[in-house]
Amino acid sequence: MFGKLSLSAIPFDQPIVMGTLAAVLVLGAALLGAVTYFGKWGYLWKEWFTTVDHKKIGIMYIIVALVMLLRGFADAIMMRGQQALAAAGAQGYLPPHHFDQIFSAHGTIMIFFMAMPFIVGLMNLVVPLQIGARDVAYPFLNSLSFWLTAAGVVLIMLSLFIGDFSATGWLAYPPLSELKFSPTVGVDYYIWALQLSGLGTTLSGINFVVTILRMRTPGMRLMQMPVFTWTALVTNVLIVAAFPALTVALALLGADRYLGMHFFTNDLGGNAMMYVNLIWVWGHPEVYILMVPCFGAFSEIISTFSGKPLFGYKSMVWATVAIGVMSFLVWLHHFFTMGSGANVNAFFGIATMVISIPTGVKVFNWLFTMYRGRIRFTVPVLWTIGFMVTFVIGGMTGVLLAVPGADFVLHNSLFLIAHFHNMIIGGVVFGCLAALNFWFPKATGFKLEERWGKWSFWCWLVGFYVAFMPLYVLGLMGATRRMQHYDNAAWQPYFVVAFVGAAIIMAGIFFTVLQIFVSVRNREANRDLTGDPWNGRTLEWATSSPPPFYNFAELPKIDQLDQFWADKERGTAYRQPAHYADIHMPRNTGVGVFMGAFGTVLGFALVWHIWWLAIAGLVGMVASFVARAYDRDVDYYVPAAEVERIERARLVPLKNLIDRVDVASSEQRVA
Amino acid sequence: MHERSLIYIAMALMSVVVVPVIALTLWFAWRYRASNTKATYAPKWSHSTAIEAVMWGIPCVIIAILGWITWTSTHKLDPYRPLVSQVKPVTIEAVSLDWKWLFIYPDYGVASVNQIAFPVDTPVNFRITSGSVMNAFFIPRLGSQIYAMAGMQTKLHLIAREQGSYEGLSSNYSGAGFSDMHFKAVATSEQGFQDWIRQAKAAPAALDVAAYQVLEQPSERVPVTYYGSVAPGMFEHILHPHAATAAAGQPMEAMPAMAGMAVAPVHPTHAKAAE
Repeated sequence: MFGKLSLSAIPFDQPIVMGTLAAVLVLGAALLGAVTYFGKWGYLWKEWFTTVDHKKIGIMYIIVALVMLLRGFADAIMMRGQQALAAAGAQGYLPPHHFDQIFSAHGTIMIFFMAMPFIVGLMNLVVPLQIGARDVAYPFLNSLSFWLTAAGVVLIMLSLFIGDFSATGWLAYPPLSELKFSPTVGVDYYIWALQLSGLGTTLSGINFVVTILRMRTPGMRLMQMPVFTWTALVTNVLIVAAFPALTVALALLGADRYLGMHFFTNDLGGNAMMYVNLIWVWGHPEVYILMVPCFGAFSEIISTFSGKPLFGYKSMVWATVAIGVMSFLVWLHHFFTMGSGANVNAFFGIATMVISIPTGVKVFNWLFTMYRGRIRFTVPVLWTIGFMVTFVIGGMTGVLLAVPGADFVLHNSLFLIAHFHNMIIGGVVFGCLAALNFWFPKATGFKLEERWGKWSFWCWLVGFYVAFMPLYVLGLMGATRRMQHYDNAAWQPYFVVAFVGAAIIMAGIFFTVLQIFVSVRNREANRDLTGDPWNGRTLEWATSSPPPFYNFAELPKIDQLDQFWADKERGTAYRQPAHYADIHMPRNTGVGVFMGAFGTVLGFALVWHIWWLAIAGLVGMVASFVARAYDRDVDYYVPAAEVERIERARLVPLKNLIDRVDVASSEQRVA
Repeated sequence: MHERSLIYIAMALMSVVVVPVIALTLWFAWRYRASNTKATYAPKWSHSTAIEAVMWGIPCVIIAILGWITWTSTHKLDPYRPLVSQVKPVTIEAVSLDWKWLFIYPDYGVASVNQIAFPVDTPVNFRITSGSVMNAFFIPRLGSQIYAMAGMQTKLHLIAREQGSYEGLSSNYSGAGFSDMHFKAVATSEQGFQDWIRQAKAAPAALDVAAYQVLEQPSERVPVTYYGSVAPGMFEHILHPHAATAAAGQPMEAMPAMAGMAVAPVHPTHAKAAE
């Protein structure tokens, strides 16, 4: 009846897990209770869960990402604590099986359920606004993508309390991840959580490629797109091209585990190297999928706050495209030590170095954007400068690892760990937090507090260096990754310093949360009434904050890059159109929620081999989709009169405000 | 050590770009801060062919140099390349197991667990595989690492220039007992090596298929043990447990020629025949 599931699947004997479970139950009950008490279920359902509005979906993605950041970080600091303790015979406080699950969960969560939702959330929030569109190309698909990602999140969180999680590292290399060596449900949770969310990501990728190629406002040529949109285009092309490889790799691994196949097993013709190749054919583009939109965000930020156009826009675009193409030509550098031979290794090593050329060019672009600018040191700018310094150091260690001769001694060491955290924290996390501070007022209508934002930045920056510089040193001393304990007492001081660094990062995360909390509380003081709090350059700042659900009453006309900046200079911004037209909009739908819920059921049932439930979940998913396909009532028109009412309510009071702002900014210019 | 000088050269080359970039970032940020109204403000300036040429050109030049270094060093340091030496090499067959290392000396007919010995200034040719999951064979102070994978054979050529006991390990996570998957690599004199072989030969245990099946069961922190004799073809048996091999008590069939990692998968009918 319940497959492999029984009460013994709940790890009652593990106090850390049970304590967490208790906390989750209490807080969860409090949250649900509060929603019920304040009667907000209807509001949540109507305004958020069933929404197809890209801005709200973007916000939901980012909320998921921030919550999962806390989960992933909890894993991180437990690992750092374990390794700070478990030296020279000491065993620390985490037994191997628990420690192994923690580092596997940390990597899986941070990449798939923190970084990815953050990036997809930012693209959702910003891209349609930057290209002057009213929504994405497929609004329902967008909602479905989000709820599939949420299904993955639910599964991975369930694995903490019911059964166990994969203990095979974040990429689940076979044969360790095969049934023979990992007989518990951990790897199954991993497979199905990633398959569900990966499907969501692939659909998102298709959605955004189509949106950017087909939905740009009339007149916007490709080379007039804001840089963030360019990076989003490249990233989504990468998603569409790379994620199927992940899906296939996991499907084949699943076939081994569920159907007794032998794709990657040790015996009967299986070959684990095939998996390693497939997973990295996805995995290397994946790091660019995360990184490239952050390049875009940094570009927008540095140009906006320097009060200048981005230096070398064309260089930047071509560098981005080049990175996107080449990201498919370097995957083998993740396993030089597999014995491919000197020619193959040298090819992939040099290809990897070649990627650093366009990446280096980008840094010069930002540098010369600052040159002769008027840099306002807001929180997003701090993140950007912190990124530029940190990122080039990570780039240097990355190129070093790309030299096969060096990699043969540094592979799998903590040097590697330090390198990719250098890129992912210094690049992706800094980028996401910079972008959060930058676009937050656009999403919500009020700015984030500067003070706690600066505290957060300095803690993250200092914490990063304190946590990861010792790991570089440890790697050079020969310390490998994923050690539950180690014998060499000389390493311990470095691990202790790294733990202190992680604690400083924890303070950074705390200040981010505090920043958001305080900003929400003081939102009236930080209102953005103009829609353009930073003196922005691109279209998203032309509309109100938050934008109306239709984004633009009249699709903006484009004849150049940085259109909004030019409009402001010419005094043609904020014009009321002579007359308004009806606006065609998609209707909200709960189908995405249902499909996500059925998907969760399907995944859970597959994990535990509860076949009848799996069938029910699958049928539910398909039936919801079919029902949606027959639904003819999926769109409506917003009457022109209503659009006019909404626009007037904003633009008329804005008129006075703008005049004042104009005076102020022209004064600044004279000075 | 070649690897070390390679790391230094690469770092020095990249510093040519990285150090000025960091310095310029901080300097520009300070110099062009909004409050410094004395600094030039060029709100329209966004293109300079000269600067763009330099910012594409310098990285290209550096990467060209580094690429050339990479090509030559990759071939020179290729772990598959036999080391040039007048001395006859010692061959060691290394097998990663859950969670220990088995070493077979085919030329001496002995085997050991979690310890190897070899003479200094003598090339050591490793043939490496795994009896369970993927590991990586690594003696950090002697140079490169290489993966150990079941059903496949990888190679590594090392040489020790100084006597000593070197730490060896698996650098690739392989499950619960991974952290203790260490071994000792003893580089000693020729005499010391012969003594070590004699000591191993004196051990009563014999490594045959039955003994291997006991050994391959998961275990942790296994003390150093020796096998005084080894059934012929043990390493091939471990490589292809389902194929009929000498160690399995059947006539040795023609083994597929195994070069590096390219390994012909064992055909299912083979497996059936062996069962």
